[in-house]
Amino acid sequence: MSVLVIAEHDNASLNDATRAAVTAAGQIGGDIHVLVAGKDAKAVAEAAAKLDGVKTVLHADSDALDKRLAEAMETLVLKIADKYDAILAPATTGGKNFMPRIAAKLDVAMISDITSVEAPDTFVRPIYAGNAMMTVKSKDAKKVITVRPTTFEKAGDGGSAAIETLDAPAPAASSKFVREELSKSDRPELAQAKIVISGGRGMGSGENFAIIEKVADKLGAAVGASRAAVDAGFVPNDYQVGQTGKVVAPELYIAVGISGAIQHLAGMKDSKVIVAINKDEEAPIFQVADYGLVADLFKAVPELEEELGKAGY
Amino acid sequence: MKILVPVKRVVDYNVKVRVKPDQSGVDLANVKMSMNPFCEIAVEEAIRLKEKGLAEEIVAVSIGPAQAQETIRTALAMGADRGIHVTADAGVEPLGVAKILKAIAEEEKPELIILGKQAIDDDTNATGQMLAALLGWPQATFASKVEKEGDGLNVTREIDGGLQTIHVSLPAIVTTDLRLNEPRYASLPNIMKAKRKPIDAKTPEDYGVDVAPRLEVLKVAEPPKRQAGVKVESVADLVSKLKNAGVL
Ligand SMILES: Cc1cc2nc3c(=O)[nH]c(=O)nc-3n(C[C@H](O)[C@H](O)[C@H](O)COP(=O)(O)OP(=O)(O)OC[C@H]3O[C@@H](n4cnc5c(N)ncnc54)[C@H](O)[C@@H]3O)c2cc1C
Repeated sequence: MSVLVIAEHDNASLNDATRAAVTAAGQIGGDIHVLVAGKDAKAVAEAAAKLDGVKTVLHADSDALDKRLAEAMETLVLKIADKYDAILAPATTGGKNFMPRIAAKLDVAMISDITSVEAPDTFVRPIYAGNAMMTVKSKDAKKVITVRPTTFEKAGDGGSAAIETLDAPAPAASSKFVREELSKSDRPELAQAKIVISGGRGMGSGENFAIIEKVADKLGAAVGASRAAVDAGFVPNDYQVGQTGKVVAPELYIAVGISGAIQHLAGMKDSKVIVAINKDEEAPIFQVADYGLVADLFKAVPELEEELGKAGY
Repeated sequence: MKILVPVKRVVDYNVKVRVKPDQSGVDLANVKMSMNPFCEIAVEEAIRLKEKGLAEEIVAVSIGPAQAQETIRTALAMGADRGIHVTADAGVEPLGVAKILKAIAEEEKPELIILGKQAIDDDTNATGQMLAALLGWPQATFASKVEKEGDGLNVTREIDGGLQTIHVSLPAIVTTDLRLNEPRYASLPNIMKAKRKPIDAKTPEDYGVDVAPRLEVLKVAEPPKRQAGVKVESVADLVSKLKNAGVL
């Protein structure tokens, strides 16, 4: 039996979400191979070769794989799919984009966003915005799976896998990359931060997010947001935490001016400690918060920054 | 250009579903059902393309139980021209849905199929990508902007790092993200008019598609519950509690 994990990366560094997928692969069992598809992504292949438990890294490098568009990924993975009993990728927007395409071509079900491996053919995944957890047993010979990165340990760096080169496919004529506008920030990545502080509609404007950012900078935290804050244009789309945004599970999640709709809770309720700051004591966010502060955020958040300063942050 | 818009009937997004005590599924008795919000955005986008003169006809398709007809009527009331209802159990998996849609696409020959990126019941996020694969068409998923560009479309996509724009040739698949548009409400006259718009009645057998599930549901359980927390009196109190909890 062998399992293929498709690495998430930006051609320069291996994304930690890959480590969670490797751990899930280890729980399924068998030899683990990691596919690094990219352009000038040698450093990523080398990083993948160090992952605990990985036997072989397959490295395909070409212009066509620069942005890992779904059509090129389909062609690449289908060439090698025969050899594997399961194909995994982290449930990032990359994996969510190309994995179902691969599943359909293999005529198997898509098993999305698993949170646990019960047996090599049995998995748990959240449904209804995480309000129910479904255990499914796959009847397909081959499994195509995306893995929720926050629920698996991250594989460490004790390995030394061989790196093999794979032929890269020709670019698809039907689809091409035009441009990208990526958010730039010196703060940690939302999905990987130990502390996340998120603002909601209650922030009132994008400028007002400055008070949250100050706290974030003191704590080395990432900044997130509710859908309402993103829709209102306060912050970019990649800040959105929730059912249809990013799923986070930091040590500490601070929700500021966020009511706690089920769609938002779906993205943060596995955080270790949750703090809510909201002026409405009836806000549903308090039902999941370990520590709730009923207060006006425009008073409480600057005060928090000050208190943290006093505490040596 | 003809646009196909598949729409799904799901639990309304405001409903907090409950797991059945026997863990066989979630309790859907007497629960409000609506069109999946991402499908509403798909219908709206198709209508806007038609209003811009870029599309001539919009066909709304739903695969589901008898009541899925209401979902098609909603799409017709918003502005779709006609419907196709494929009667099937509520539990057809994305692969089965994609196979039926492929057969419909081969009959209808649309140049564009717009779907929601995910249904808020099973949260799989797969049908559009699977359909694209089966048809051999390009896909532009998680769209927040769709523009005509040359013979194809430029689609801006919401990705983990920000926004990405890709160009796809037609025919193509687009799946919608939340910020693509704000769907309109159907007006009363349009709701009345929609009653007279035609809906074809079909079955999966008509398309020769086997919709037998590939995933056996062993159980559906409650997620772990969080312990009720405490209210703190002041920011200073909060900081000291967080220190004691070891997260600061
Ligand atoms: C298909 C679909 C998908 C969705 N996906 C997501 C998702 O992924 N993520 C997500 O977050 N949402 C999602 N939503 C939206 C979700 O339903 C809610 O509408 C949204 O989370 C609300 O955001 P909010 O809490 O910021 O705003 P509101 O619900 O308006 O809450 C604002 C809160 O701020 C408080 N407040 C206001 N002023 C102050 C002040 N001065 N001081 C303190 N508190 C203040 C208010 O008391 C209130 O509780 C989705 C919805 C749908 C339909």
